[in-house]
Amino acid sequence: MNIEEDLGKLKINSIIYTTRLSTKFLKRQPYKPADPRLVMSFIPGTVLEILVKEGESVSAGDDLLILDAMKMQNRLKSAIDGKVKKINVVKGDKVSKGHVMIEIG
Amino acid sequence: MKKKIRELREKRQKILLGGGEQAIEKQKAMGKRTARERILALLDPDSFVEYDMFVEHVARDFDMEKKSLPSDGVVIGAGTIYNAPVAVFAQDFTVAGGSLGLMHSRKITKIMDHALKMRVPLIGINDSGGARIQEGVNSLAGYGEIFFRNTISSGVIPQISVILGPCAGGAVYSPALMDFVFVVDNISKMFITGPEVIRTVLGEEISMEDLGGARVHSEITGNAHFFARSEDECFEQIKRLITFIPWNNSTRAKAFPSAEPDEAYNLEKIVPDDPTLPYDVRDVIKGIADNSDFFEIMELYARNIVIGFGRMGGRTTGFVANQPMELAGVLDVDSSDKAARFIRYCDAFNIPIITLVDLPGYLPGIDQEHAGVIRHGAKVLYAYSEATVPKLSVILRKAYGGGYIAMSSRHLRADFVFAWPTAEIAVMGPEGAANIIFRKEITSSDDPDGTRKQKVEEYKAKFANPYVAASRGYVDAVIEPKETRRLLMHAMEMSGNKQVTMPVKKHGLPPF
Repeated sequence: MNIEEDLGKLKINSIIYTTRLSTKFLKRQPYKPADPRLVMSFIPGTVLEILVKEGESVSAGDDLLILDAMKMQNRLKSAIDGKVKKINVVKGDKVSKGHVMIEIG
Repeated sequence: MKKKIRELREKRQKILLGGGEQAIEKQKAMGKRTARERILALLDPDSFVEYDMFVEHVARDFDMEKKSLPSDGVVIGAGTIYNAPVAVFAQDFTVAGGSLGLMHSRKITKIMDHALKMRVPLIGINDSGGARIQEGVNSLAGYGEIFFRNTISSGVIPQISVILGPCAGGAVYSPALMDFVFVVDNISKMFITGPEVIRTVLGEEISMEDLGGARVHSEITGNAHFFARSEDECFEQIKRLITFIPWNNSTRAKAFPSAEPDEAYNLEKIVPDDPTLPYDVRDVIKGIADNSDFFEIMELYARNIVIGFGRMGGRTTGFVANQPMELAGVLDVDSSDKAARFIRYCDAFNIPIITLVDLPGYLPGIDQEHAGVIRHGAKVLYAYSEATVPKLSVILRKAYGGGYIAMSSRHLRADFVFAWPTAEIAVMGPEGAANIIFRKEITSSDDPDGTRKQKVEEYKAKFANPYVAASRGYVDAVIEPKETRRLLMHAMEMSGNKQVTMPVKKHGLPPF
């Protein structure tokens, strides 16, 4: 019946409640709006081929890289016009989900 | 005759050894019992009758025809638990790793058909490496036949799944389609793709326990309903559950003698007046239920809502209660899912529902919105609205906004709604409401904080109470905490012959 331990505060509609905060609640990720300049792996996989070089100009829709994942070769395209600022992977790299592979400037 | 009987005994003896002494030793070293030992430990002494003991596998490829797999790796039969009949199957890991081949699956579907036809609960004990690769598509067909039966039996007979070993790949969908899943620490392992595949395909390292152990499924995924530290504890939990549920959907659970709750659970003292302060709502349930006996379900998952069985006047009752000491008792994606399924279980099996209300509403947050709190939250509305079993609610303290409507309100056809004098039934908490209604007065005031305080107090005095709702008949009675049990017993008695007619339909479309 002892619930005094590990109590926190939770604010809902201007009212502050004294309550325990669940692990899942505490671990929730802050929201980050999608940034079209960062080309990320949407699924874990292996970099099969890099089709651009740093400094190269690209247009929206151009192929940037082939990511091998779940037995599929996925062609990742640029969402915007710009210059390839940085390439963070090399051919054969295994990347986890959400890894920034290419940065467009 | 004697010779033939001796022959039979020898045959049985051989089969009872399953995969042989070595395999049994290995099984024991893992803290696991054999399939038959498990059934005997679970059922009433001398009640188990085994069927299809002599079944053998029919695989003819990959030299399988030279192998004998006693009982084809699964034990089926029937017996009783506290004199209630149950049909059982238990996979035998000592025989080819409990792998599922054609005859193995036919035995399982045979006992499932039997349980459905006889309208008795089904208990399935899973301990299997998965599909028997050598039997190819026959093995997949077997799983499909099991899933189909799980689905058509759903809501007709109770289906209890006990995970006492690995249960991986497609096999997990049978437990997922059943009513209650029991898991044991360090023994149960459930996942669609195991750590090995995850490592080779995705390059991520994780142990079986961290991926799909008992704790993961009890705390994080919500796949499991009961967590135990040993097989013995698990069997005790199953037996206890059986005492609360009926044999099928056309009967009621067994009645017990009525018993008063323990006086130690003093409702007036358990719940603080201040709606922002926490308490353990399970103590309130114990202050209401027969004998203060409450059997909690999904104790470790989405603890901001409490669900489980107790009895009122000897009759099984489902309790649903917001838990103010966890996340202030909010409804969110997980707690909505947890409550809605339980409400539907109670409705399917003729179990009245008592709802204890004390919540600030739905949990705000981008993560919640993006996780689909709209459609998950809608499940609670759907489940309460469609339920035709007696629905009784007690509003203990706050019942704000959408949370008020969702938690078995009059508007979703609760049969009885009681409120304590501490109840605050309003569109939102006084602070939030005053900030919106009196925004102009507050911002244009020389002393905004003072004006805000004053307006909050005004709002509180006028709306933060049960009497506005009572004046419209949304609340049937405002009651003292100590009257709660007496009135709920009255409500139970009054709704004993409840009848409602729903429009004819094939089935509804709950938001899942």
